[in-house]
Amino acid sequence: MTALLSLKNLWVEYGDKVVLERISLDIAGGSFVSIIGPSGAGKSSLLRVILGQERPSRGTISLGGAPLPAECGPDRGVVFQRYSVFPHLTVLGNTLLGLEFSASPLIARLFGSKRRAAVGEAEAMLESVGLRDSRHLYPAQMSGGMQQRLAIAQALIKRPRILLLDEPFGALDPGIRADMHALITRLWSKHGLTIIMVTHDIKEAFSLGTRVLTLDKRRHDPHAPHRYGAGVVYDLALTRKVAAEDSGITIDK
Amino acid sequence: MRWVNRTPGRGAAFLLGAAPLVVLALAYIIATAARHAANPADKILPLPGSMAEAMALLLFQADPLSGEYLFWADTVASLWRLGVGLGIATTSTVLVGLVVGTLPPVRATFGPLLTAIAVVPPIALLPILFIVFGLGEAAKVALIVVGVTPFMIRDVAGHVAALPREQVIKALTLGANSWGVMLRVALPQAMPRLIQALRLSLGPAWVFLISAEAIAADIGLGYRIFLVRRYLAMDVILPYVAWIAVLAVVMDFALSQSRRRLFGWAHGAAH
Repeated sequence: MTALLSLKNLWVEYGDKVVLERISLDIAGGSFVSIIGPSGAGKSSLLRVILGQERPSRGTISLGGAPLPAECGPDRGVVFQRYSVFPHLTVLGNTLLGLEFSASPLIARLFGSKRRAAVGEAEAMLESVGLRDSRHLYPAQMSGGMQQRLAIAQALIKRPRILLLDEPFGALDPGIRADMHALITRLWSKHGLTIIMVTHDIKEAFSLGTRVLTLDKRRHDPHAPHRYGAGVVYDLALTRKVAAEDSGITIDK
Repeated sequence: MRWVNRTPGRGAAFLLGAAPLVVLALAYIIATAARHAANPADKILPLPGSMAEAMALLLFQADPLSGEYLFWADTVASLWRLGVGLGIATTSTVLVGLVVGTLPPVRATFGPLLTAIAVVPPIALLPILFIVFGLGEAAKVALIVVGVTPFMIRDVAGHVAALPREQVIKALTLGANSWGVMLRVALPQAMPRLIQALRLSLGPAWVFLISAEAIAADIGLGYRIFLVRRYLAMDVILPYVAWIAVLAVVMDFALSQSRRRLFGWAHGAAH
């Protein structure tokens, strides 16, 4: 499979503090990449760079062969750990928002038959994350798990080429987290998504991902710990036995 | 039970809240009775009866000179000035606060200017306003606008700028541009804060209104108070002050209710 997202010799530096160095990656379309690593290893920085929220200090990123603009856009969806949904909109309003922005650039609202069509599409998406019956609730009236379901539906309705997840299930109870794992796996295979997920839960990284990247510092200078950045120290491709019920994982590398 | 854990019920809270007002009224009655026992012609603390008499003249009898019912004409004139001033202040707060709060280059350009304007005491600008706008309505309205707008803009712009960065990023990934972020993300979330800023500005707005009316006016609540002060007419001043308090409380209550009604999501309650 050809690479959908390709990072070439990427560096992220803040002043003289090097966060990431020499990151070169090719991510194939349809893969589910988990990124793990110790705190401060630049997992979230890498995600922010791919998202376009931050500009790399060196290196290039290309999506489908074309260089990626250093600004967030609808080709990359995102779910953060918190603040992913808008508190002033209902579940339906949150889901509709992506459709309204693209269809009505001037007032970002839809009316009449266009709105009915968009509502239909949004409700179908809410159905697939199990929130159809909650469509008139505001985020403050929902649990953390429901809010993350909504955030996923909100991102997926734009059909992004890549879905970026920044510790999306980190704040959830273990039981809810298992439900969310099943949900994201189902959506991933149903929509043929390409997902990059940052997590600090190693078990989650291995059970969900088709590929696990570990970021850590390759070198360490005890007198100037900020002078060396983190790179990809492990890059494990996992092949899943799709038919098997248990999460049988083999590392084919 | 510890005091921090004692939450009075609805009825008890009402009684507790009313108690100081009743005590204050009683203290006044006792004081005025004592003064009138010593000097029946005392004007400093008028009896309730004489206040009612003096107010009845203003309320129900047309002024022979102008043919107007002065109390109502004063009220209408003052509320009109206050309403226009706060209306202009609110509108400009929405426009400027939203743009300054959402767009960092605009914030960098106009933030220091706003701070500089906000620290100038508005009353110090009153002579300038009188010179520029004359002694008519425009100068009084302008004082209210100049007095409350910088605070409101800074409050709303600060609130908008403090919205989680994630929300802006999320909107951009949903296909929004800067305008879309302002319209669908920043504006709706700024509205409850705008009403809150307006509530907090009511007090200063009244101060500026009364000041402007005291200095140059021919009608208005503040004008009347300062006019009858020359005759030591506490029987008019005290009811007028109470009336201003009532008007201010009603406005505050209306704003807080509309905030609850319109922006239920901001209270985490059912819509």
